[in-house]
Amino acid sequence: MSMGFDTATAVAWIGRAAKDIRADEARLTTLDAAIGDGDHGANLARGLDAAVAALADKPPATPGAALVTAGRALISKTGGASGPLYGTGLRRAGKALDEAVTTGVNDGGADVAALASALQAMLEGIQELGGAAEGDKTMVDALAPAVASFTEAASDGAELPAAARAAAEAAQAGLDATVAMRARKGRASYLGERSVGHEDPGAASVTLLLRALAEVTAS
Amino acid sequence: MTVGLVLVSHSPALAAATAELAGVLAGPEVSIKPAGGADDGRFGTSIDLIRAAVDEADSGDGVCVLMDMGSSVLTSKTLLADLADEDDAPRVKLADAPFVEGVVTAAVLAAAGQDLDAITAAAEEAWSAHKL
Repeated sequence: MSMGFDTATAVAWIGRAAKDIRADEARLTTLDAAIGDGDHGANLARGLDAAVAALADKPPATPGAALVTAGRALISKTGGASGPLYGTGLRRAGKALDEAVTTGVNDGGADVAALASALQAMLEGIQELGGAAEGDKTMVDALAPAVASFTEAASDGAELPAAARAAAEAAQAGLDATVAMRARKGRASYLGERSVGHEDPGAASVTLLLRALAEVTAS
Repeated sequence: MTVGLVLVSHSPALAAATAELAGVLAGPEVSIKPAGGADDGRFGTSIDLIRAAVDEADSGDGVCVLMDMGSSVLTSKTLLADLADEDDAPRVKLADAPFVEGVVTAAVLAAAGQDLDAITAAAEEAWSAHKL
């Protein structure tokens, strides 16, 4: 049975992301303390908790609407740079998802191709807002490979669980690659050469988010 | 015509003090609204605070938004995207300008009755104004 990315799955993703980020908050904070200002873990946990609450408060009608609601909460409540970035990304993803979905009356969920275009829209939204390119040592360095991997898996005919797993693995590889990079964006960029040798916290949180996606879509 | 100004800073005190300084130069006719700090008053930025400041500062001639750095810029850009989706939203321009120097330039020109485009362009020239 092939499972679509339906409203319940979208809501579950946000909930799982909140849980996983909260569980790893200390590690994210340590990463951010090394090359940032030490608030990434706390900020994102706060934002995702607000997203979970917003979804409970205003149950979404579609998976796209779920991501838009979550995005809006992240923009308002996260703080730091990751609020506008993740929030805008999720809003764009949500809008793209609703546009791409061609299911019938029942909420069978978005298919892999629709989710691929939503993740692509998320990446584009983040890059447009923040101006980061791959290699700048940011969340984009985990997200771009993840989206490419998901899209490739989807066009190879993979089901949602396999595509999501591929994306999570690609994000991890992207995160590992940030260690050697020198930051060219954000607070870490002020550190120059001293930012080398540390994982980027934004790439670390992207990896957690995509792992959460793989977890909630696992067959 | 009086364009309003909104000052976005991670620091509530910095936004307020800069607004106060600019107010001395611009006089009471110009609406200069600080939007500093997060919702809870700590360091950071808040889209809701910025939006409220924009609404207060607008008298129909638009609002010039000046920002210190980082998430002030990201949050302001996000607000701009939100406003673009609204009917009857205030006309807002973000000035790519140094914070204090840009604010002062904008305030003086707003007091002189310049329009939003002229004020924003002048603030952006503040990058090249040397002090010594």
